[in-house]
Amino acid sequence: MDIGLIASLVTQTLIYASPLILTALGGVFSERSGIVNVGLEGIMVMGAFSSVVFNIEFASQFGMWTPWLGMLVGGLVGVVFSLLHAVATVNFRADHIISGTVMNLMAPALAIFLVKAIYGKGQTDNIQQSLGYYSFPVLKDIPVIGRIFFNQTFLPAYAAILISIIAWFVIFKTRFGLRLRSVGEHPQAADTLGINVYVMRYSGVLISGFLGGMGGALFAQSIAGRFAVTTIAGQGFISMAAMIFGKWNPLGAMGAAIFFGFAQNISIAGSQLPLISSIPAVYLQAAPYALTIIVLVLFLGKAAGPKANGKNYIKTK
Amino acid sequence: MLQLNNRKEKIRNLLVPLIAVLLGFIIGGIIMAAFGYNPILGYQQMFRTVFLNPQTGGINPRNIGEIFVTAGPLIFTALGFAVANSAGFFNIGLSGQALSGWVASIWVALAMPDAPRIIVLPLAIIAGAVCGAIAAAIPGILRAFFGTSEVIVTIMMNYILLYTGNHIVNNVMSDSMITTKGVTKMIGENASLQTSFLANITNNSRLNIGIFLAAIFLVLIWFLMKKTTLGLEIRSVGLNPFASEYAGMSSRRTIIISMIISGGLAGLGGVVQGLGTFGNFFVQGSSLTIGFDGMAVSLLGSGSSIGILLSALLFSVLKLGGQGMQFAGIPSELVDVDIAIIIFFVGISYVIRFLLAKIFDGKKEVAVVQEIETKPNDHDEEGGTI
Repeated sequence: MDIGLIASLVTQTLIYASPLILTALGGVFSERSGIVNVGLEGIMVMGAFSSVVFNIEFASQFGMWTPWLGMLVGGLVGVVFSLLHAVATVNFRADHIISGTVMNLMAPALAIFLVKAIYGKGQTDNIQQSLGYYSFPVLKDIPVIGRIFFNQTFLPAYAAILISIIAWFVIFKTRFGLRLRSVGEHPQAADTLGINVYVMRYSGVLISGFLGGMGGALFAQSIAGRFAVTTIAGQGFISMAAMIFGKWNPLGAMGAAIFFGFAQNISIAGSQLPLISSIPAVYLQAAPYALTIIVLVLFLGKAAGPKANGKNYIKTK
Repeated sequence: MLQLNNRKEKIRNLLVPLIAVLLGFIIGGIIMAAFGYNPILGYQQMFRTVFLNPQTGGINPRNIGEIFVTAGPLIFTALGFAVANSAGFFNIGLSGQALSGWVASIWVALAMPDAPRIIVLPLAIIAGAVCGAIAAAIPGILRAFFGTSEVIVTIMMNYILLYTGNHIVNNVMSDSMITTKGVTKMIGENASLQTSFLANITNNSRLNIGIFLAAIFLVLIWFLMKKTTLGLEIRSVGLNPFASEYAGMSSRRTIIISMIISGGLAGLGGVVQGLGTFGNFFVQGSSLTIGFDGMAVSLLGSGSSIGILLSALLFSVLKLGGQGMQFAGIPSELVDVDIAIIIFFVGISYVIRFLLAKIFDGKKEVAVVQEIETKPNDHDEEGGTI
């Protein structure tokens, strides 16, 4: 394999991985606070939808900054959408899985409804400004490594990796992170110590909405290029798998997301690669899901996730 | 259990789905109005499309047939969800299990184009049910022996089965079964659930025997859950696995059996979709909607047979009527938003029951509502979490 091929493989992997990284991190924040979030897929859909609409409407004003602002818009819409989940699970004692499923049912229907209401057709046009390749100034001149990692590469992926490191620091090294985790492990004890369980859980869910929305926006503006009902097809669930695979640890989730991004990439682009083209695509498509089940069975028992994950906390009077 | 003995709480539980549906319609209407559509016209158009013939203005037998066409698979997947849910098992893999049933039944039907109907049809149906059951048994076994969360395993399996199903159609089936890439041939009359009689009385709708099979299974599952030892075991394991173990039941065995029944029913949903509604299989871009819709139907019908029947019919009317709303210029997706809102309110039933008690019954009943919710859920304590 020549170096050009490796470089493009790395870059493509990063492109597929970065939406998964962000969304999986979102999952980590939510579940660390004790709220199971199977609605990541729906959050990604809303993020993708809103960013594409923003991109189409404002590309002429903001030029090359449009997709980055689009990610921000996607994140904010994700926050608003995840509010539904937060209210239902934290205040209204809903089952977390049901509430998450409602988000997954609602998001594609609502998004396509809005697309039809705004544009009068079932999918949007292609966006004008998408997230393209980027070369790091000095770093790209390093021999071999520079060519593979820093020349004509995907900047949001490095941002996502940076965010993972920040997320790890926040969850394990700050007061906020300790409180977030304690609420997810034993809300009664946390409450006794004066930690506001509801506030912490709200922050967990809303952060997951922000990161998941950004993930969806990233996917729509780099890979899909427009919004249709099939734009987000399983990426949210792969992200959830990455979160579990990474044992609810931001860095683990990031590693798993990169690995799943690699699997997704070669399932699509693998036909051009010498060795991989002989493997039927179905194995590569199913690999992230199958590996998650295997890891779950072999390495994680029942005590893997945060202890109070999925349980509603009801304050006694 | 307080819940079972309190008459007022029972009434409140019955009111929840009705209120949820009402709120779903109202909020859907608000959304329509917010985007400049006329909600009254929209809903009018919806019901007109379903029940009236646009030319004559009379009853439209074809669309009424189509209601039952849509309801058949939904009843099966909803029953599947309900059985697993009674055992405290959250089966969100209905899509994948139904897809397995669909592919398997079509495959069997296409493999035996010349065999007599009395052999092919039962074989194809059983093949579909068995494949669905196997697909569901895997998460059941993993949960029973390794404590692995069924929610995650079934979600992951949805996608594994989706890609496998598409792979089978694209690469495994022999060329004689395929028309164009990704689409199988239509099955022969010897394996179809459609009959000329049913088509005739409903003005050539796709109405098929599937809805009658669904009706039979509604009764069978009701009987199984309420009148047999197995049904009692399933329900008691769902309520309290520890107590059930002490009473001599094997919760492992019960979990696996309930999952097999659940997956078999979902598989049958796929069979009805395949042999009844479409008559072939084509490559799917995402999880089957009958899976998640079936779950919604079951939640709205609170898992009871009569509730499932009514909510499946309601959802079919919504789905079919949604198509008609397009004639009023309103995107058909609105009905799916409606459905999601309805299930949202079913999900937060606590609030609805709390308000009902507060408005109509007074302090004592409010306390009852709060008490029921505050009780720790036993199956949550034991490895049921993600």
